[in-house]
Amino acid sequence: MKALKKVYFYLVLLFLYAPILTLVVFSFNDAKSRGRWGGFSLRWYQELFRSSDTMDALLTTVLVALCAAVISTILGTISALALHKSGTFFRKSMLNLTYLPMMNSDIVTGVSLMLLFTFMHLELGFLTLLLSHITFCIPYVILAVMPKLYGINQNVYEAALDLGATQMEAYRKIILPDILPGIISGFLISVTLSIDDFVISFFNTGNGIKNISILVYSSKTGVKPENYALSAIMFGAVLVLLLIINLKEKKKVIEESGK
Amino acid sequence: MGEHIIDLQGITKSFGEVTVLDNFNLYIRPNEFITLLGPSGCGKTTLLRIIGGFEKPDEGKVLYRGQDIADVPPNKRNFNTVFQKYSLFPHMNIYENIAFGLRIKKMPEEAIREKVLNALEIVNLPGFEARYPDSLSGGQQQRIAIARAIVCEPEVLLFDEPLGALDLKLRQGMQHELKKLREALGITFIYVTHDQEEALTMSDTIVVMHGGLIQQIGTPVDIYNEPKNKFVARFIGESNIVDGVMHQDFEVSFADSTFTCVDSGFAKDEAVDVVIRPEDIKIVEKAEGMLQGTVKSVYFKGVHYEMIIENGAYQWLVHSTQMEEAGTEVGINIYPNDIHIMKKEENH
Repeated sequence: MKALKKVYFYLVLLFLYAPILTLVVFSFNDAKSRGRWGGFSLRWYQELFRSSDTMDALLTTVLVALCAAVISTILGTISALALHKSGTFFRKSMLNLTYLPMMNSDIVTGVSLMLLFTFMHLELGFLTLLLSHITFCIPYVILAVMPKLYGINQNVYEAALDLGATQMEAYRKIILPDILPGIISGFLISVTLSIDDFVISFFNTGNGIKNISILVYSSKTGVKPENYALSAIMFGAVLVLLLIINLKEKKKVIEESGK
Repeated sequence: MGEHIIDLQGITKSFGEVTVLDNFNLYIRPNEFITLLGPSGCGKTTLLRIIGGFEKPDEGKVLYRGQDIADVPPNKRNFNTVFQKYSLFPHMNIYENIAFGLRIKKMPEEAIREKVLNALEIVNLPGFEARYPDSLSGGQQQRIAIARAIVCEPEVLLFDEPLGALDLKLRQGMQHELKKLREALGITFIYVTHDQEEALTMSDTIVVMHGGLIQQIGTPVDIYNEPKNKFVARFIGESNIVDGVMHQDFEVSFADSTFTCVDSGFAKDEAVDVVIRPEDIKIVEKAEGMLQGTVKSVYFKGVHYEMIIENGAYQWLVHSTQMEEAGTEVGINIYPNDIHIMKKEENH
């Protein structure tokens, strides 16, 4: 029975990670073919870094993801704080309004943003790409922060004031650390959403500004082995990020229980 | 004015349509343990929040040593509050929790350390510095909350039902500790509770509140023995309240009999309310009783038995350590000192 459980567990893992593993393995494949192993090589990685198109797209993707995540995390957190303090009716209606874009299909969001930018005579390019990403990230940040705010004992804020803290100090020293996990997950969700996005980006960029997904989708030659290398690097980056977060959490738990 | 630390003058506060406090006046002396006692919704917590600065009164003044502090925010008042639900900072350890107020004041680290350790000593939890709030029991958390408040050396300590979430045994222990703490610190305690036993045990002065108004102010003994009206008599302990007529000084009739009492100064034949505490009714042999009645029900309450004795149209709640079987005919005696006469009021 125990063996069966183990087998099942590894089957699930295999199912989940087989595609990525294949991808990583084939990114080191010397042959151009998709199905045949032609020996280990770093050829695609070299080509990847030599291709200025890909490097530009990678830079754009990372830059947009980080900027969009930082800005939408700040805006989303501030909105969540304000919503939490406002009356029930206003809060509920505002929350529903912010959640609507999340339900909306990407194509509607993308086209409508493009229309708006064109109407405002904003030239489509990096700025509009960034703005569109900020727009669709904010609701997710609010969604990640709100539950943390509900979880806070209102007395805690008043206790800080009571002990001499100004309102700003109370927010900075008491409320923010308390909702920090929500803010961080909002930030991470934003980064991943931004990196992932194709549809909205596609409609809202111009001037030759491309992110990775646009580059891949619009490639005339289809998916090339150097894309495997790129994907492997991106997967590695996410993995490292996750490890850092987990290690930090673990360290905190050990500290708390150890003392 | 010199000897009042806080004066509340004409405080009125409404939330929407509901008037919570109505032209409320009260003064508090330095080093007093004063308890605001009343049922939920009587305005006691709102009053405490106004003193603490968390609510602004619609009208009226809050004077602190003669100066109006209605517009002073809570962080600028030299008061500290112990909240109902502990309200410790969950992401800080106990040391940092207690040090919070001192760090805001930018005190040097050595002084902070000394004060924090001393505060932990006072609340009887030395060695807890490195623990986190969620690893503590309710009682311990509340003590840390007290330590965090007293470490700032406030002149007034406010308590918002701090023992409400604790179990009975712990609550009783904490009551004695709080009383000792106040004597040790020599500062003013303003305490809000709906628990009359808590109020009677700890306070120098009790303010009984109902409907945003003061019903009675007095020492615990006064409030218990001399309730001013029906509300106070009912709220503080249990009591029998019956209609009576004051024939002349020291003579009152109720339950179709005439009794000698110790009250005077009423008009001739004035209608009054008569309050008799259940433990003041003495059960005797039927023939020796001033009143006769039948025991309707008996409940064992631990220290005493609670009995309902019916005498004609009257039902008397009696506490006695001596049990009578239900159905027994008994006599009951009520002595002059145990009869408390109150003026009739329309609104209660």
